[in-house]
Amino acid sequence: MSSLAGTTALVRLALRRDRIILAAFIVILVVMVAASASATVKLYPDEASRVKTAAAVNGATSTLAMYGPIHDETSSGALATFKMGIMGAVAVAVLALFIVVRHTRSEEETGRLELLGATVVGRQAPLTAALLVAAGAGLVAGAGTALGSIAVGMPAAGSVLMGLGFACLGVAFAAVAGVTAQLVKSARTAAGLAGAVLGVAYLVRGIGDAAAASGLGWVSWLSPLGWWQQTRPYAGDRWWVLALLLGFAAVMSALAYVLAARRDFAAGLLPDRPGPATAAARLRSPLALAWRLQRAGFFAWAAVFVVIGLVVGGLAANVGSFLTSPQARDFITRLGGEQSIRDAFLAVELGFAGVFAAVYGVQAAMRLRSEETALRAEPLLATAVGRVKWAWSHLTIALVGSALLLVVVGVSAGLVSALQVGDSGQLGRLVVAALVQIPAVWVIIGIVVAAFGLAPRLVALGWVALIGFMLLGELGALFNLSRAVMDISPFAHVPRMPGGHLAAAPLLWLTAIAAGLIVIGLAGFRRRDVG
Amino acid sequence: MDAAVAIEKLSKSFGGTRALDGLDLEVRVGEIHGLLGPNGAGKTTAIRVLLGLLRADSGVARLLGGDPWRDAERLHRRLAYVPGEVTLWPNLTGGEVIDLLGRLRGGLDKKRRAELLERFELDPTRKARAYSKGNRQKVALVAALSSDVELLLLDEPTAGLDPLKDAVFRECLVELRAQGRTALLSSHILSEVEALADRVTIIRDGRAVEVGSLVEMRHLARVTISADLAAAPDGLTTMPGVHDLRVTGAHVDFMVDPGSLDQVLVALTSVGVTSLTSQPPTLEELFLRHYGDESSTAHTERAATS
Repeated sequence: MSSLAGTTALVRLALRRDRIILAAFIVILVVMVAASASATVKLYPDEASRVKTAAAVNGATSTLAMYGPIHDETSSGALATFKMGIMGAVAVAVLALFIVVRHTRSEEETGRLELLGATVVGRQAPLTAALLVAAGAGLVAGAGTALGSIAVGMPAAGSVLMGLGFACLGVAFAAVAGVTAQLVKSARTAAGLAGAVLGVAYLVRGIGDAAAASGLGWVSWLSPLGWWQQTRPYAGDRWWVLALLLGFAAVMSALAYVLAARRDFAAGLLPDRPGPATAAARLRSPLALAWRLQRAGFFAWAAVFVVIGLVVGGLAANVGSFLTSPQARDFITRLGGEQSIRDAFLAVELGFAGVFAAVYGVQAAMRLRSEETALRAEPLLATAVGRVKWAWSHLTIALVGSALLLVVVGVSAGLVSALQVGDSGQLGRLVVAALVQIPAVWVIIGIVVAAFGLAPRLVALGWVALIGFMLLGELGALFNLSRAVMDISPFAHVPRMPGGHLAAAPLLWLTAIAAGLIVIGLAGFRRRDVG
Repeated sequence: MDAAVAIEKLSKSFGGTRALDGLDLEVRVGEIHGLLGPNGAGKTTAIRVLLGLLRADSGVARLLGGDPWRDAERLHRRLAYVPGEVTLWPNLTGGEVIDLLGRLRGGLDKKRRAELLERFELDPTRKARAYSKGNRQKVALVAALSSDVELLLLDEPTAGLDPLKDAVFRECLVELRAQGRTALLSSHILSEVEALADRVTIIRDGRAVEVGSLVEMRHLARVTISADLAAAPDGLTTMPGVHDLRVTGAHVDFMVDPGSLDQVLVALTSVGVTSLTSQPPTLEELFLRHYGDESSTAHTERAATS
C-alpha cells in the first residue's frame, strides 16, 4: 500500500465536513477586501489626497507597526489595500493552519483517524490531504480576492499578485501547522504553536516596518508575512518574492513529512512523562480544575502581552521623532485622542490590546462548550457540583484572565514608557488606560455565555461578534457608517486613554450589560439539556 | 423505604426522535438492576435524566427520594456514575482524575482506592491521553467504586475491559451489593446482566417491554425440551403451546409455552419417555423474544445517546 493511498477520499471527506465554513470564510474575505478597496478609492479620488494620506500612514509608527508601509504613495491600489491586505493575509494564514490541524492532529486525538487509518489510508495521506485542502482553500481565496479587486476597478496585475500572495502565504502556514501537528499530541497546542509562529511573524515584520527609518527595515525580511508585504502589490509588483514563500512552504512541508514518518500513531515527538499518582490538595473544585486546564494557555498569552506592552511602550517614546510631516501628525491625532501624539498612539495600541484580550476571553469562555461537547462536563455535573458553579469555573478564568492580561500589558508598556519619558506617572496612566478596556472585553465574554446558555450550538457567535465589532472599529469610518451603527461595538464606548477623559458612565454601562448577558446565559444553562 | 429509582411514563424527545416513550423503571434499594437493551434503546437517555443532565418532557422520575432535576447537587453526593463513553482531561493523570471526582462527590475511601487500583491493574501516574479505552474506563470505575455512595449508575461500564478486569468488576459489584448498596446497570451484554442482576428491565424504543427477576421472566418464556421416547410421538404437532418441533425417529426437540408444559408432559409420558432434558430460557432467548423477530436495524440506528 502506498503511503498516499486514500488521499483523494480524505480530501473529499474534509471538503464535505468544511464546505460551509470554508465557503463562508472565503466569501466574507473577498467581500471585505473588495468593498474596502472600493470605498477607499471613492474616499480619495485624486492623487493629491492619496499622496497626503499615504504619507501620513508612512509617517506614523503605529500604522507602520500595525499594517506596514505603503510602498508607492501615488498608487490608489496600495492605499486601498494597506489595511485589508495584511488583515486578509493573516486571515488566510489562520484559515490554512486551522484546516491542517483540524484534519490531522484533531482527528488523531479524537481517535477518528484510527477508524480511517484501519481502512486503505496510507500513512502520509492525512497530512497530504490536509495540506491539499488548505492549499486549495488558499488558492480559491486568492483567486476570489483577485477577481473581486479587479471587479471594483483595481489594476489587474496587482490584484492577481495580491491573490497569489494570499495563496502562497496560506500554503506556507499550512505547512507550518503540518510541522506543529507532528510535534505535540494535543490539537489545541498544535494550533496554538502554529498561531504563535504567525504571531511572531507579524510582530517581527511590525518591528521591521516601524523601525525602517532607523535602518532596521531588514528585520521585516525575517518574517513570511514580511515577504508577503514585500511582493508590493500595486506598488511595483515584485513577483519573485513569491518564490521565498513557496520555498519556505516546501521546506516546512518536507520537515512535516519527515517528522510524520518517524513518529507513531497518536504520539508526539516529545514523550509523555508520568505524572502524580494522586491529585494535589488544591485540586478540589471546578475552578481549580479549570485553572489547571487553562493555566498553560494563560501564561503563554501573558508572555505575549508582556512583549506587546514592551514594544508599544518602547515605540511610543519615539513616535514624535518619526512623525516628520504635518499630515502624519494630523492623521495620528485624528486616529486617537486629542492631547499629545504619544497619547494618541498609546490609546490606539491599547485599544488593540483590548481586542486581543477579548480574543483570549472568548476562547477561554468557549471552553465551557468544548468541555460539554467532549463529554467532560458530564462526569463533573454528575458529582455534587451544580451547573452554575461549574459554569463559573471557566467563566472566572475568562473574566479574570482577560483583565489580568490587560494589567500585564498596562504595566509592561507603562514601565518602558516611564523609563523612556522619565516620568514615573506614566506607569499609572498606562495601567488605567489598559484597565478601561476591561468592561468592553467582558461584554464580549458575556455574549459567549449568553449563547452558551440559550443556543449552545451558536456559541461561535462570540467570534462573529468580536470580529464584527473589530471590523466596525477598523473600517466603520471608511464606509461612512453612522455613529449609531459604530456604537453597536462595545469598544466604541471605551474612553480614549491615556489623554482622554476618564468617563465612568460608559464603563459602568458596559459592566452592567456584561453582567446582564452572563446572568441570562447562566439562567439558560440551568434550564437546558446538557450534552 | 422508597425505591432507589422510580420512573413512571417518562418521555423525552430530541427533535423528532423519541428517545424515551413512556418508560417505567423501578430499582429497589439493595438490588442490582439490569437495564437491558440494544444501542439506541434509550438506556443512556434514561440515566442522563436520572442525573439531571436532561429534562424529561413528561412523566415522573424519582431518585433516592428526590427530584433528579431540582435536587441534583444534593442527590449526587449519594451516587456515583460511570459513563459509557469516558473522556478524560488529556493532561491530567488517572490518579488526579480519580481524586478530583471523588472530592467533588464529597470524599473517597483512600484504602479502597488503592485496593481497586491494584485489582484493576491501573497505573495512576499516566496521563489520560496515554490511556487506552479500557484504561479510561478503569479510571471511571475506580473513581465510582471507591466512593462511599448508596447508588451506582453504571452505563455500559465494562465496554473496553478485558475479560479478567470484567471479572474484577463483577466481584466488586457483588461486594457492594452485600454492603446493601444499589446499582443500576445498563448493558447490552446479556451474560453480564444474567450473572449480576437481581431484576431486569428490558427496554426497547424507549419503553420497558419486560420487567422482573430472571426467575419470573423465565416463567413467561418457553422451555426447551429434548426427549427420547419409547416410540414416535403422536399428535405433538397439533398440541397448543408447542413450537419449533423437530422429530428424528423417536427423538424430539421442541419448545413449549410454560402454560402448556403439564399437558405436553402428560402426552410424552403416555408414549413412554426414556430420557428427557429441559432447559429454562436463557436471557438471550428472553431478549430475542422482543428483538429477534424483526429486523432491528431501524431501532438500533436510533441514536438516543446523542
